[in-house]
Amino acid sequence: MFAQRLAPPLPFRSLPAVLMMAFMLPLLVGCGYNTIPTAEENAKAAWSEVLNQYQRRSDLIPNLVETVKGYAAHEKDTLDAVVEARAKATQITVTPETLKDPEALKKFQDAQAGLTSALSRLIAVSEAYPDLKANQNFLALQAQLEGTENRIAVARRDYILAVKDYNLTLRTFPSVLWATFWFRSNEPFANFTVDEDKMQPPKVDFGTKQGG
Amino acid sequence: MMRSIISSSKRFAAGALVALAVLIVGFAALAAELPALTGRVVDDAGIIDPVTKAALIQKLADFETKGSDQIVVATINSLDGEEIEPYANRLFRFWKLGQTGENNGVLLLVAKNDRKMRIEVGYGLEGTLTDLHTKLIIENDMVPAFRAGDFSGGISKAVDDMVMVLEGNPEELEARGKRNPADNSTPIDPIVAIFLILWATMFIGGMAMAFLPPIFGTKLSPGVYKWLGMTFRYGQGPSGSSSGSSWTTSSSSGWSSGSGWSSGSSGSSWSSGSSSGGGFSGGGGSSGGGGSSGSW
Repeated sequence: MFAQRLAPPLPFRSLPAVLMMAFMLPLLVGCGYNTIPTAEENAKAAWSEVLNQYQRRSDLIPNLVETVKGYAAHEKDTLDAVVEARAKATQITVTPETLKDPEALKKFQDAQAGLTSALSRLIAVSEAYPDLKANQNFLALQAQLEGTENRIAVARRDYILAVKDYNLTLRTFPSVLWATFWFRSNEPFANFTVDEDKMQPPKVDFGTKQGG
Repeated sequence: MMRSIISSSKRFAAGALVALAVLIVGFAALAAELPALTGRVVDDAGIIDPVTKAALIQKLADFETKGSDQIVVATINSLDGEEIEPYANRLFRFWKLGQTGENNGVLLLVAKNDRKMRIEVGYGLEGTLTDLHTKLIIENDMVPAFRAGDFSGGISKAVDDMVMVLEGNPEELEARGKRNPADNSTPIDPIVAIFLILWATMFIGGMAMAFLPPIFGTKLSPGVYKWLGMTFRYGQGPSGSSSGSSWTTSSSSGWSSGSGWSSGSSGSSWSSGSSSGGGFSGGGGSSGGGGSSGSW
């Protein structure tokens, strides 16, 4: 008796379910299908900006080295160290595809940190040459280098936030559902750690405080 | 089962509310550290004299109407231990200086007790007002004046020079100005305005004719109402046939009586409400750390 009442032909029984799913589909899209790709693209864009600013710094260096050479040729060790560090840093690139790999990011980070310290040694050495410090070209390069260091800091800060955002979408509800069912190949990106990056621009003292 | 779902959804809602509250409080706490954008010159340290301040505000307002570039001068007492570069960048982004898409803002920040200053340049102006320009402006205009204790003079000289540099590329400045007209509320074409008023009259008037008389009017007989000195008939008799008929009669009575114009005034009051403004606010620009800093 029950069976008779409860068993309409199969296609009709599943019809409400199909209709329901058809209605739900746009709803599901509305509730966050785009979250993960959007956050991923944001993080990649932020990384491009980081790369862009590091590239800008390394483009400035040949000019800087040439200018310093003109006045302080016998600081050969310091100059060579900068050139070497630059060569090393330009060899290691991290494309958005390899952002998932913390090792690659670590290598990149180390190489750039090496260049930073070599540069600051060069700037410190140049303090001893008043003629160099008065050179217009050197002054311009200093200002650009200083500005670039600050832009690097800003770009890194933006990258840290963008990656935090992206990694959160992969791990938190409700976007984690999308991550498990649809974006299975998406992995969290590696981030700069806080002790590497004190959320502050590196100190580049050009001696302007001494009245220069 | 049902009850448990309801209670859990309630709990979820409560949790969401708490999270929202925490979020808002968190934002408020973050925002509290930064001064509010009260105008083009935010002199929290009180080092700019009133005459200079008024002149600066005028000059910067004029300059914005010319090329839509937003220059803001801010002075603060202390950075509270933060470096001036990240602080300036945070403040710039918090105030959203410059127009959206152009990012043509400039922030001149002076931290009095830290004896530091910075010119932070938005993305869009980095090519015109370069790091070297800002460095030279700081070192040549501001530092000597500040050392002599003349804050007003140093700041206004720096602003003059920044304006000079930005005006040095007149075509680009003009193009920026054209892309971003100074008056954000585009003036409404009179023809469009008349069309809008007519449309609002028809639409809102028709709606009003359909719904308001039965609510506010006095009932003469079933389906017949008297309101504002007019008689409205809905349907044909005691048992009005369909809902569609109420539309046709209502609109016809609305037209014939001409009282639809009275509701037209509500439409015009709505359109006049949009013409507000006056205060200064950031245009939605951002900065990526361009510019340079100095100390005195």
